[in-house]
Amino acid sequence: MLDVASTGFADPVLDAQAQFRALADALARPGSLRAFTPRLTPPVGFPAALASIALTVADHETAIWLDPAFAADPGIAVWLAFHSGARTTSDPSEAAFAFVADIRAMPPLAAFGLGDEAYPDRSTTLVIAVESLAEEGALVLSGPGIETDRRLGVTPWPEGFSAQFAANRALFPRGVDLILAAQGVIAALPRTTRIREA
Amino acid sequence: MNAPSPAETGYNFAYLDEQTKRMIRRAILKAIAIPGYQVPFASREMPMPYGWGTGGVQVTAAVIGPDDVLKVIDQGSDDTTNAVSIRKFFAKTAGVATTTRTAEATVIQTRHRIPETPLSEGQILVYQVPIPEPLRFLEPRETETRKLHALADYGLMHVKLYEDIARHGHIATTYDYPVEVAGRYVMNPSPTPKFDNPKMHRSPALQLFGAGREKRIYAVPPYTDVVSLDFEDHPFEVQRFEKPCALCAATGVYLDEVVLDDRGGRMFVCSDSDYCASRRDAGHRGEMAGDALPAGQS
Ligand SMILES: [Zn+2]
Repeated sequence: MLDVASTGFADPVLDAQAQFRALADALARPGSLRAFTPRLTPPVGFPAALASIALTVADHETAIWLDPAFAADPGIAVWLAFHSGARTTSDPSEAAFAFVADIRAMPPLAAFGLGDEAYPDRSTTLVIAVESLAEEGALVLSGPGIETDRRLGVTPWPEGFSAQFAANRALFPRGVDLILAAQGVIAALPRTTRIREA
Repeated sequence: MNAPSPAETGYNFAYLDEQTKRMIRRAILKAIAIPGYQVPFASREMPMPYGWGTGGVQVTAAVIGPDDVLKVIDQGSDDTTNAVSIRKFFAKTAGVATTTRTAEATVIQTRHRIPETPLSEGQILVYQVPIPEPLRFLEPRETETRKLHALADYGLMHVKLYEDIARHGHIATTYDYPVEVAGRYVMNPSPTPKFDNPKMHRSPALQLFGAGREKRIYAVPPYTDVVSLDFEDHPFEVQRFEKPCALCAATGVYLDEVVLDDRGGRMFVCSDSDYCASRRDAGHRGEMAGDALPAGQS
């Protein structure tokens, strides 16, 4: 049921615009940190940044996949349906957006929608909650949107995840795109980004 | 923030309803993630004819916010009916500040030019695109062009350019000259002069393209390789102009011919009117810029 203390955007029009610009900027400049300060109150257990991204991009035309931690709280799906109109799906490959509480426990990237060669845009965007994001970190990024290379620190960054992301990169133009969200900040890793561990 | 409320204007912010904006925003995010790939979107009717850049207007409407400063150019000029109408449209529906100065703008909507003033990281350049599909005149069937893009099979494109060379001794295409983006997709830059193609290469700004009638959105992220198609023995070259701008003496910029009289008198002046005016304001004078033509009155 709907958590009575939860809310949607304080200003649905201007908040969505501001959040979209932060998202677009994050994807256009992979690994750069964008301040992200949502003005809403999602259900306890659903991070405000993820909730805010959901209301910015999802609606009745998009299916959402919730990882087991989020799916365990039915209040989250109810809140999403009430505020965005988006339905949830249990099949990650069908989802336009996937919301992930625990990067260490999620299905492999290849289990999500990868698009096809003719329509690579028909793929899943993963929105992943992480503990922290840092400008100086162990990941060295390069590719479109990055002038030379850029450092990024993501905690946690599971073992083998760089290799998984490289396999995703190799599928280009197919593949998934990642948006990472910590407290007050987001960063994105589109399918074009190359990751090296320093 | 001084965004007008729907009650004041009779419109939602920036005209489009929120569901349409969300749909366009999703397309823009995919376009950024897949540089040069044309993302289909459900283009909406806009209160202006297609030839006026409804695709660009929809992209601008989806990205613009109350803190943005908007510049609109048409063939390099801020003052054509088309540019003025679009600027007024967003001033009215979104309450945004507008400017003619390239450096002051955060969002620049353009038809057929890229400003001469180098763009910066905080800027978004929105192109109005009539024909997004570079293979359209070579292969009219959408199902086929989509296949060719999927296979990165751009042989037809090279054949077309090579036929140019066979016929004219050089590549005759001067507008909408095809480019390869990030080493993968071939893309139409919209009918900009090929002079502007090098400005797209590794630009610090985000470049978004909207085709309203054809219902496509595509993008070039910042610092992304944009290479004009060419051949080893016929490398890509931009137009060169023999003389500097007649008003501001600028060189290395794109010039338009202005007919002065019916006796064949003419001069060449900057197509980018803001760039030309800024130079004249800074004291630069071309050979036709006597006291009779002070800055701002060209
Ligand atoms: Zn000039």
